[in-house]
Amino acid sequence: MTPTIVATVLIGGILTGCVYALMALGLSVIFGVIRVVNFAHGEMMAVAMYAAVFLFAAFGLDPLHALPLVAAGLFAFGYALQRRLVEPFVRRPEHEQFILLLAVGVILTNGALILFGPEARGIMTDYAFDSYAVGDIIIDKTKTIAAIAAIIAAAGLLGFFRFARTGKAIRACADNLIGAEVIGLDVKRLYTLTFAVGTACVGVAGTLLAMIIEVTPALGPELTLLAFVIVIVGGLGSMPGAIFGGVLIGVSEALAGLLIVPSMKSMLSFALLIVILVLRPEGLLGRRPS
Amino acid sequence: MTKSSDNRTISSAISRRRFNAALAASGALLAAPATLRRARAAAPLKIGCLAPLTGFFAREGQNCKRGFDVAGPMLADMGMAVEIMMADTESNPDKARTAAEKLIGEGAQLLIGTFVSGETAAVAQVAEQRGIPHVINIAAAPQITEQGYKFVFRNFATGPMLVINGLGLIKSLFAATGTTPKTAVFMHVNDTFGTAMSKGIGALFPKMDMPFEIVETIAYDPKAKDLSVEVTKAKATGADILMPVSHGADAIMLIREMVKQRWEPMGVMTPGSPGTYEAQFYKALGKYSEYVIANVPWIDPKTAMSQEFAKRFGDMFSGEMLELNAGFSFEAVLIAADAHKRAGSADPNALADALRATNIEEHVMIGGPLAFNDKGQNVNIASAALQNLERRPTVVLPAESAEAAPVFPMPGWGDAKRG
Repeated sequence: MTPTIVATVLIGGILTGCVYALMALGLSVIFGVIRVVNFAHGEMMAVAMYAAVFLFAAFGLDPLHALPLVAAGLFAFGYALQRRLVEPFVRRPEHEQFILLLAVGVILTNGALILFGPEARGIMTDYAFDSYAVGDIIIDKTKTIAAIAAIIAAAGLLGFFRFARTGKAIRACADNLIGAEVIGLDVKRLYTLTFAVGTACVGVAGTLLAMIIEVTPALGPELTLLAFVIVIVGGLGSMPGAIFGGVLIGVSEALAGLLIVPSMKSMLSFALLIVILVLRPEGLLGRRPS
Repeated sequence: MTKSSDNRTISSAISRRRFNAALAASGALLAAPATLRRARAAAPLKIGCLAPLTGFFAREGQNCKRGFDVAGPMLADMGMAVEIMMADTESNPDKARTAAEKLIGEGAQLLIGTFVSGETAAVAQVAEQRGIPHVINIAAAPQITEQGYKFVFRNFATGPMLVINGLGLIKSLFAATGTTPKTAVFMHVNDTFGTAMSKGIGALFPKMDMPFEIVETIAYDPKAKDLSVEVTKAKATGADILMPVSHGADAIMLIREMVKQRWEPMGVMTPGSPGTYEAQFYKALGKYSEYVIANVPWIDPKTAMSQEFAKRFGDMFSGEMLELNAGFSFEAVLIAADAHKRAGSADPNALADALRATNIEEHVMIGGPLAFNDKGQNVNIASAALQNLERRPTVVLPAESAEAAPVFPMPGWGDAKRG
């Protein structure tokens, strides 16, 4: 085990973790504000991946150029979904929300199966097989591009919630719903916007992930599970927690593959999840319940 | 197609009571209206075909279904009418068991399936309990035909057969090309199939006097989304060749990572697994798919029946690649239809007796006649060395079925020969 190998694996883990982080950010944003757990999160991400694959196959559109289109499409999808379907369930029992979004996930998975078939589909850009060599360390070019784009998108999202008027209003709803209603904020509209922003975030993450891995209809539920592991480790509802959790899971999976056994990579993620749930149920960066 | 002695065996086994019953039935049939007689005469065998059409193995399941779809009309033209009753196992053994029960309830007289060893074992149990013949199209776990089942027949190589055939072809390849590597790294998917292959290689490799050493074995998660760590570890061994046991998408990830990490061993050759000869592999990897070798059971390009099967497959599924899952699925229906024809009945016991006496000389896959031993296993199945040449799987060994000469060592990733 040379330092070169460890460095190669570690860098790969961090780069993948950045995309994971963006994926989890969308889930965390929706839960942090609306308090609805999106059980169709991974399936929506698979939809974004299929959209990116389609745009590449049909129009030769590089995923980086397709990003705004897919994000806009997912924003519209999220907006309509929240307005027409999720909104009536916001104040209903959690198990009803759970079943609703699970049903949406099943429909999306089977819809993808009908439309695209069971075969794995990917994007082979001109740089899909390229890598950078820094001394003996090999760095994956596609992962690097995807990670940089994910960091920019995450920074943009955090900036939106910190500086934009609408972003601040959404945060106000999350912090104190009654107070937000009292001062006249249109909570219903802000909830819809939040859901749409969350799914747009998923759109960006899905497009970037499509550059790294191939999409199959069965991938959706796996991504949902992965996103949940990340946000629970980082802290459900915490945006910095989602980012930290994403990178942590990416790195821990990579190092587990190298130092233990590759087939036990996922097991380490779940072991980490159990440890966090036992020792710090609110997650590493989540708020302790008052 | 079948030896006449088979018919004689069956005839001599008919008792006086059964003969009288058959005579009475014939008399009743003769007295029936002509349309009914035609219907009885042409009554097709109802075959319940199970495959994982959705879920994790959906891609392979769909390939099996294509084989079933071609079999129906082609066998009808050969005078063997069958009715295909398709069922989805959803890549889940419990669902496979339920689907098998349902098919039998709906009138299936014989079962075929499934592709996944775990599902197949569940279906075999149902078939045995219900006394309905089960012809296994694809499933390699050896224990399925070690249970003493009377109604289960497998026309696919067991894990050890795949390993012995696959390793044997690797030796033949080195002999044919005059190049012998010294070391190999073995990477396998960590599921039922991959683990069985790993155990098989562990047990058989030392006994087969192989000319190289396996320096490391790396198991990876079947649902892995990234194989960069695994390839980094494999590259660090400095092995001359890579022997992967993969399924599909993982084979693509593997080669893509090798290219990215600039690892150029002398060759990539699977001792007996899918993934490297499928349409998606060529589509996703382009020139990097070239020269990869898979030692697997394959369609014999040189028999009349396989050529007819390939033609009909192309007509029916334009743009889809003909591969072994479709071939073995077709052969399973062929075996069932042949048994039905010889048995002259859809009675389960008569069908099972006829299946035991199966001896089909000309068929689709490479290997000897289709026939079953006492355990219900076809031991005549052979493998082919299949090399990706000009973006298609090309038989390069055995010599009698070869379409081209093998290329080894493989050219580097950037070599102009890759096109």
